[in-house]
Amino acid sequence: MAVDQRNSGPGFLRLLGRPCLRGIDAVGNMTLFLLEGLRQIFTSARIFPRTLQQMYVIGYKSLFVILLIGIFCGMVLGLQGYYTLVQFGSVGMLGSAVSLTLIRELGPVLTAIMLTGRAGSSMAAEIGVMRITDQIDALDVMDINSMAYLVSPRLLAALISFPLLTAIFDVIGIIGGYLTGVLMLGINEGAYFYRIASSVTMTDVAGGFVKSVVFGLLVTAVCCRQGYYTHLRRDSVGPEAVGNATTSAVVISCVLILAADYVLTSFLL
Amino acid sequence: MRAWDIEFRALSAGYGEHVVLRDINAVLPGGKVSVILGGSGCGKSTLLRHIIGLSRPLSGGVFIGDRDLFTLNRAEFRRVRRRMGVLFQDGALLGALSLAQNVALPLSEHLRLPRPLIREAALRVLRMVGLEDFADFYPNQLSGGMRKRAGLARAIIAEPRVLLCDEPTSGLDPITAARMDELLCSMHEQYPDMTLVVVSHDLASLRAIADYVLVLRDGGAAFAGSLTELEASPDPYLRQFLRREAADQRLTLHQPPNPTVRAALDRWLAS
Repeated sequence: MAVDQRNSGPGFLRLLGRPCLRGIDAVGNMTLFLLEGLRQIFTSARIFPRTLQQMYVIGYKSLFVILLIGIFCGMVLGLQGYYTLVQFGSVGMLGSAVSLTLIRELGPVLTAIMLTGRAGSSMAAEIGVMRITDQIDALDVMDINSMAYLVSPRLLAALISFPLLTAIFDVIGIIGGYLTGVLMLGINEGAYFYRIASSVTMTDVAGGFVKSVVFGLLVTAVCCRQGYYTHLRRDSVGPEAVGNATTSAVVISCVLILAADYVLTSFLL
Repeated sequence: MRAWDIEFRALSAGYGEHVVLRDINAVLPGGKVSVILGGSGCGKSTLLRHIIGLSRPLSGGVFIGDRDLFTLNRAEFRRVRRRMGVLFQDGALLGALSLAQNVALPLSEHLRLPRPLIREAALRVLRMVGLEDFADFYPNQLSGGMRKRAGLARAIIAEPRVLLCDEPTSGLDPITAARMDELLCSMHEQYPDMTLVVVSHDLASLRAIADYVLVLRDGGAAFAGSLTELEASPDPYLRQFLRREAADQRLTLHQPPNPTVRAALDRWLAS
C-alpha cells in the first residue's frame, strides 16, 4: 500500500519543518535577488546616471536626519560616559569611549537603521507601487531589465552612501561628545582629542566601514525585494500589499542589521 | 499562417491552482484589428499577459506566426517581444518621468542617439495622440484618458508589429472613449501591417474598431470570427451580451433588513 510521505511523521515536526523550509527558501531567494542585482551593476549600460539619482535620494536627502541623530547620540554618549567614568576617576578617557563606541558600533548600526526608515521604506513602497500599477511589467515588455533599472542603481548607491553617511555620523557624534564632555562638563579639550587619536586605529575605522557596506547591501536588497515581489504576497493584495511590504521591509532590515552586526563583530574583534 | 498571426493552441492558463482559461484554440489574424471580448473576470487580461509572455501557460502554447513563444530561447523571445507594443489598463507610465521621457523610454534605453533626436521622436508620437503640449507634464498631472493616450504613444514609438491594448476605453466618458477608438483606427491606417489586439468589454468600441472578435466565456472561447458573424450568431449568450441584457438569475433586491440594524440605522440617519 502506498504511503503518502508528505503527511507521515509526527505533527510537531511538520509544524517546525514548514517555517524552517519557508525560511531557507526566503534566504535562498533573497541571496539570488541580491546576486542578480549586483550582476546587473556590471552589465547595465546606464547605471551611473541612475545611481547618482539614487545617491541623492538615499544619501543627500538622509543627511539632515543623520546629522541630527548623530549629534544627539554623541551628546548622550558624552553625558553617560562622563558620569560613569567620573566614578573611576578616569574622565580623561571620555574621548576614547565616545569615539570607539561610535566608530565600531553605534555609527554603522544607527546609520543603517535610520536609512532603513528614511530610504529603505520609500524604496519598498515605490517599487511596490510600480509593481501593482503594471509599471514593472511595462519595463519588461519594453525589453528593459527591471532589475537593472530599479534594483542595481539602488544597490550601488547604497554601497557608496552608507559608508559616507556612517563617517559623517561618527564625526558628528564625536563633536556631540565634545559639546557635552568639554563645553558643558569641563573636560580638558586636549585630553578629549588626544584620547581619540591614541585609541582609534585604522582597524576600527575599517571595521565600521565593512559593517556599513554589509548593512547597505542587506537593507537595499531586502527593501527592493519586498517591493519587487509585492504582487506575490499571500497576506494581502493591492495597496494593502504595498503597505505590508513596506512594514516587512523595515522590520526584516532592522532585525538583519542587528543580527549581521553581531556576526561581523564576532569576526572583527 | 502569416508571420504576425497570433494563435492559441489548446491554451490553458491560470494562477497557481486556479485555472482561468481552459483549452483555448483560436487565431487572431495578423494585420487586422482583433477584439477579445468577454465579461468581467473571464480571463481577457490573462490571455493578453500570455501573448506578451508575462505569464506562462499551464498547458498548450501561444504562437506568433509559427514560433511558440514559450519554447523560444531567451534571445529569440526578446527579439519577438521587442516587436510588441503594449498599452496597459491605466497606461502604466513611470511616475518619476515626464510624459516625453516615458514615451521615449524604449528608444533612450536601447538606442545610442543624441537626446534631442530621441525627444523629437517622442514629440512625434505625442503629436499623433494629441499630447505634444503636455510633453513635460508628469503622469499624475494628467487625466485617465490622457494617460491612456500617452501609454499608446509609448507603445507605438518603436513601431511594433503587434499592438496590444488592455481595455483602452474602460473608465473613460463616451466622448473620450470614442476618441480613443478613432485613435486606434487611425493608428491602424497609419501602420496597416500592424496586428492590433484590443481587450475590451465595451460594445461601442467593438463595433467601431473590430475586424475579428474572440469572445471568452467561463474560461473558454465562446466565439471566434468576424464582427458580422458575431452579430448574426444565434447563440443565446452572445445575443444577450450584444444586447446588454442582464443574466437570467434575477438579483433578489427585496431582502428584508434585520430589524435591529434597521432601527439603529434610522436612529443614526435621524441624528
